[in-house]
Amino acid sequence: MASATIAPALKQPAWTNDRNVLRVLAIVFVVFVYVLPLIDDSTKTMDFMTKAMIYVFLGMGLNVVVGYAGLLDLGYIAFYAIGAYTCGILTQAFHIPQWAAVPGVVVACIIAGIIIGGPTLRLRSDYLAIVTLGFGEIIRVTARNLTIDAPDGSPMVRGPSGMANIEQWSFGGWSFTDGLNIGGMFIREQVIFYYFVTTIALVLGVFGISRLANGRLGRAWKAVRDDEDAAEAMGINTYTTKITAYIIGAVWAGLAGQLSATQQLSIAPTSFEFLFSALILMAVVIGGMGSTPGVVLGAMFVSLVPNLLRNYEWAENRYLYFGILLVVVMLFRPKGFWPATDILPWSSEKIHKWLTARKAAKAGKDLIATEEDTYE
Amino acid sequence: MSWLEVSGVDVHYGRIQALRGLSFGVDQGEIVSLLGNNGAGKSTTLNMLSGILRPTAGTVTWQGEDLAKVPPHDLVARGIVQVPEGRRIFSTMKVEENLLLGGYRVSNTKLIAQRIDMVYDMMPRLKERRNQEGGTLSGGEQQMLAIGRALISEPQLLLLDEPSMGLAPLMVREVMNIINQVNATGTTVLIVEQNAKAALRIANRAYVLETGSVTLSGPASELAKDPRVVEAYLGTD
Amino acid sequence: MTQVLIDGLFLGCVYALIALGYSMVYGIIKLLNFAHGDIFMFGAMIAFTMLTAVPGLQSAGIVAVFGVLILSMFLTGGTGVLIEAVAYKPLRSAPRLSLLITAVGMSFVLEYGVKQFWGSKSITWPQWAQMGAGSIPIFDGTITISRLVLMAVSIALMVGLGFYINGTRQGRAMRAIALDQRASTLMGVDVNRTISLVFFIGSALAGAAGVMFGMYYGAIGFMMGFLLGLKAFTAAVIGGIGNMYGAMLGGLTLGLIERTTVYFCNGDDSWKDVVSFGLLILFLTLRPTGILGDRVVERM
Repeated sequence: MASATIAPALKQPAWTNDRNVLRVLAIVFVVFVYVLPLIDDSTKTMDFMTKAMIYVFLGMGLNVVVGYAGLLDLGYIAFYAIGAYTCGILTQAFHIPQWAAVPGVVVACIIAGIIIGGPTLRLRSDYLAIVTLGFGEIIRVTARNLTIDAPDGSPMVRGPSGMANIEQWSFGGWSFTDGLNIGGMFIREQVIFYYFVTTIALVLGVFGISRLANGRLGRAWKAVRDDEDAAEAMGINTYTTKITAYIIGAVWAGLAGQLSATQQLSIAPTSFEFLFSALILMAVVIGGMGSTPGVVLGAMFVSLVPNLLRNYEWAENRYLYFGILLVVVMLFRPKGFWPATDILPWSSEKIHKWLTARKAAKAGKDLIATEEDTYE
Repeated sequence: MSWLEVSGVDVHYGRIQALRGLSFGVDQGEIVSLLGNNGAGKSTTLNMLSGILRPTAGTVTWQGEDLAKVPPHDLVARGIVQVPEGRRIFSTMKVEENLLLGGYRVSNTKLIAQRIDMVYDMMPRLKERRNQEGGTLSGGEQQMLAIGRALISEPQLLLLDEPSMGLAPLMVREVMNIINQVNATGTTVLIVEQNAKAALRIANRAYVLETGSVTLSGPASELAKDPRVVEAYLGTD
Repeated sequence: MTQVLIDGLFLGCVYALIALGYSMVYGIIKLLNFAHGDIFMFGAMIAFTMLTAVPGLQSAGIVAVFGVLILSMFLTGGTGVLIEAVAYKPLRSAPRLSLLITAVGMSFVLEYGVKQFWGSKSITWPQWAQMGAGSIPIFDGTITISRLVLMAVSIALMVGLGFYINGTRQGRAMRAIALDQRASTLMGVDVNRTISLVFFIGSALAGAAGVMFGMYYGAIGFMMGFLLGLKAFTAAVIGGIGNMYGAMLGGLTLGLIERTTVYFCNGDDSWKDVVSFGLLILFLTLRPTGILGDRVVERM
């Protein structure tokens, strides 16, 4: 039997280091997202991707509540609605620019978060789920029946018709609707908006949340999620920890609501269904609870897949498949596709080892073949 | 081979090994006591015998039959019944209902009624409180209820997990008397206890468990005098 | 005002039947079966199919309707058992969150699965299976014969359940498991089998409620379980979750309160849901154990 000589193991190639791979993937993602409009800036694509980025932003917010703090919030949509209506009412009633409405949105969501989270966060997780769901429904019903007139008497919030003519973002007299001229290239409103949302989603949503999660607050969340009693024993006030997570999530959703309102330039109460809350939950759960890259992927999956499959008949029942997917994920990969504890959903090192082993086996076989040839 | 033979049994909780090569035997009609401190593996042993935990190695044979694959609820029907640690009576159910539940696997309702009467005869205090909720009973009464409950199915092998725990000495004596009476009617008893003194008084034989295996064994009267046992478990008196 | 009472009691019976399933399952494995409301809807759907698929069934009149009711209860019960076996049992020792999420997933599967087969439009219940329009005056209100019959059926079911839980060996075992699973096993109770049985009964009752709902309101849809599930949960909490009588009391109470709210809003029913949920939050904050509360709601 021939003994195959294998070269001594050299220092492992850079690509087997999971962190490096992750960095590269992240850079590729960011580059792709920014370069996209240069390749395809059609209305359809821009609309698509903007929605996807809003989903990412929402997903990161819910990730704080569900993924980090372990609170099952099924009424996330409520804060989204509150954010949308707040910005609409503030800009239309007081004629202020959108950016000035941001603090208003934040404050409204903080208050709502305290009102809703206050009593419910003392409850068992099962109860929390249903109660938040109930709140979501209350907000939806209220929105449908809400009619408010502007100070000048004209109808502003029109019950089931929601709100129309939401003002686009403007800074010092220049509004997105005016477009932008850079070096001879005209960038229209939609593309500007896309970049705006994307940057906010990535900076605030992804990086902002990651910073939080790695800090003291993030560690407190993890402690509470893993073992609440032990966390209390360590001196962590579990209640304030949970409320903080809940309120951060609320503010995030509110801002997403504002972004959405300015994308559609209108607000429709029909979009505040439980289905929406459930979809974002799925993004977080299927993507990877508590995992930033996981949730980003999950959010993109949940927002893009239904759109992409729109033309296929079997995709009529996409929510049925989502439901099945959710159950399957919980049964077989409960931490999600990209678990928070893993740097990558696979192990690059293992792949490297497997490839090396295969190469060695193949090399061994080749040597055997040549030996037999000479014997003949 | 003994009537109940435990041979080389290992039990793991995940990666932690609670029983190591545990071997002991119980003959029909005996009272055997398992002694040991906390963490020695006494409760684990009983739970293993009741089918709640499965051995990762070794065998348990009872009347010649291997018990490995029998589910816990079937073991009760076959005649191995445990009186668990901490009594675990059903607190919002009446005493009578607790006893009825003990007869869950007994198909003949008349038989159940008969046996309940028998239990009341043995433990009149329970009869007095028959319509009271279990949770309102004192510790000792709850222990009696737990034992009574186990007796309704007329077990062949009665397992008791620390029946004296939390009871005043007078109560302990009363409970041990009842256990003796039960044994006198033909029920084999395996009693796990930290209170070695009380246990050794009624047991025929005893085993001492330490970190999952038997370290000492012998007739109860001998172990009660053994200096090692006296020092570790019988304390100063 | 009597009419409000009558209407409220009828609605309350529907809520009570659904709430019972929630409560029983919660009592025994501490899980709020999010998909329970959808099981109610599923019961209505399969009953509808049975009523319309078999030609000539109409001639059997009320017998057919009751036959379908019973069959529907069995099928729904079986569905509940299946869901438990596939999605909940494997996760018994998993963290709470996983179980809840799975239940949400199952809810979706039921809702959109039904949508797949029965369509998204509202489905009209066959006229002949609505038991006629005769009515009886009571004080200053009236009650239709059909409603009366249905209320009688639901009360019969509830009474039957009461006897079962309190008087039979199995019922006792169920109560025992709710108190102490380990001790129950040591009494010889097959916990897994009993849990499946609880799911069967709870789901069957929800199925019955679904059929009654269809018979009474005349129209059903794939999303109707969502709201009713929430209401039933509210009812269970108000009455005292985990407590069978609590579910019944909560259901009737909620039904009455809802109808009263609509009455005071002069027929406008847009706010009744808000009131219901408001009640839910009120109870959970101030008296989580409910009216008949006998179990403390622990934190997580």
